[in-house]
Amino acid sequence: MTLDDVRMDEVTLTTPVSDEAIARLKLGDVVYLDGILYTAREGVYRKVVDEGRGLPPSVRALTNVNFHCSPAASVRPDGGYRVEAVTATASFRFGKSMTRWFERSGAKVIVGKAGLTELAYREWFVPHGAVYLTTVGYGLGATYGTAIKRVVEVHWLKELGIAQALWVLEVERLGPFLVEGDREGRSLFALANREINRRIGEVYAGLPQFALGRFGETTARTDEVV
Amino acid sequence: MAKEIPAKLVEDVARELMGRAAIDIPADYREGVVRARDRERNRIARFVLDEMLRNWEIATAERRPMCADTGLPRYYVRAGNEAVVEGGFVAVERALRRATAEATAAIPLRPNRVHPLTRADHNNNVGVHAPEVTWAFEPDADWLDVTTVHKGGLFGSDYRMLFPADGVGGLKRFVVDTLIEHGKRGLACQPAIVGIGIGGSKDTCMRLGKEAACLRVVGSRNPDPDVARLEDELTALGNYIGIGAMGFSGTSMVVATHVEIAYSHTGGMPVGIHQFCLSSRRATARIHADGRVEFRSDPGWFTDYYRREGVE
Repeated sequence: MTLDDVRMDEVTLTTPVSDEAIARLKLGDVVYLDGILYTAREGVYRKVVDEGRGLPPSVRALTNVNFHCSPAASVRPDGGYRVEAVTATASFRFGKSMTRWFERSGAKVIVGKAGLTELAYREWFVPHGAVYLTTVGYGLGATYGTAIKRVVEVHWLKELGIAQALWVLEVERLGPFLVEGDREGRSLFALANREINRRIGEVYAGLPQFALGRFGETTARTDEVV
Repeated sequence: MAKEIPAKLVEDVARELMGRAAIDIPADYREGVVRARDRERNRIARFVLDEMLRNWEIATAERRPMCADTGLPRYYVRAGNEAVVEGGFVAVERALRRATAEATAAIPLRPNRVHPLTRADHNNNVGVHAPEVTWAFEPDADWLDVTTVHKGGLFGSDYRMLFPADGVGGLKRFVVDTLIEHGKRGLACQPAIVGIGIGGSKDTCMRLGKEAACLRVVGSRNPDPDVARLEDELTALGNYIGIGAMGFSGTSMVVATHVEIAYSHTGGMPVGIHQFCLSSRRATARIHADGRVEFRSDPGWFTDYYRREGVE
């Protein structure tokens, strides 16, 4: 499969997303979400995965969609909430937590920024029947913000602060997202990277090696960098 | 003696700037992205850029932040040599901190600023060295220029000590390395304004690179013809790599490249690279001594005096 085979079919998913709907998703499908999802990033992962607190039962009962993001939100003087925009945060850094996250949260759909590797999908997503949707742009904060209809619940607001709290949001046609990691563990970005990598040698032709190297360019820490 | 600029006026203007920066994409950058979209042949990258253009329209029409990641809100202030502010320049710094906290709640902006170790969050984007306030001066003027920049804070930047032997070829290699590292999967949220600082101390090249990315408008050129030629070459090279918006193969990686230089150690050529992203947020106002306020999109940061070379 190459990027040329991607059809970008439009799909609407309703939460909680069923296994059948997940299995039908193809790489590059343009997805819109109806229903309820929740934000969870470092702070919530720390509580649920590292401290073993578990996802609040009410959240787990409502939905199986986890958005790696935090909203541009404020708490009104009357105690209500304003959420005007949402933008994802890069998902690679949650990689090592994903197995325990899926076990404890019941999540089946992860929405975020930039996805994970195919290896990560095969090891951590596929065994749990989960898929990955990437946000578009990045930075469709206003577009996504218009789809938020209501703040259903907020958990751990005081402990974690606005950016890291768990926000449960009711959304209508939240999107577009792109299917980045499918049920078989394939990655849309991996398809793109294969095309990009074909030209890497040509791009570097004529560009000299650095006078002084650095760790990272050599992976052996016993190597000299000069 | 010039009339005093009221501290309250500085605060009101700064709060207004926070909103304008967060909501309205600068026209020069938007036009650059439209050109990148028109050149782009990859349909997924084009889809991404069309969605971004629509997002900016929604943000402006509905007065919503264009991106929910506030980045790191900060200020650049240029004071005319004859400018006088009620309460002095400390009053300006206090006004900018208050405006940041108030705008964070009022717009609202996501409170991004936390203690780096405890992760404690004041929920107002204010804390130790936050927001940063960078000062510069201008001769024969009695105004205060205030610019706020909300730049993404995680991906797209790098620093490297290069050496005279590396030359322009080594510089290009470092630029390509940085663009590929952060361009794949679109981590840099490209197409970006790439700012490159060359020379000076290590911190100087990082500062100049960030200012080149964030405080020069698309279409501007460095007045030194050799540096301007390098800017053109680097833009062409960046778009030749084959990475487009969101890391899909394509040509929409770089909207513009801005290079600024500083005199460096005779043995070194330090380089700092920054990328101002698809939410390139900046807004500027000039507060005159008589209280008039002019908002504009060009920060006008790199004045001849700022780039001065001689002794006087």
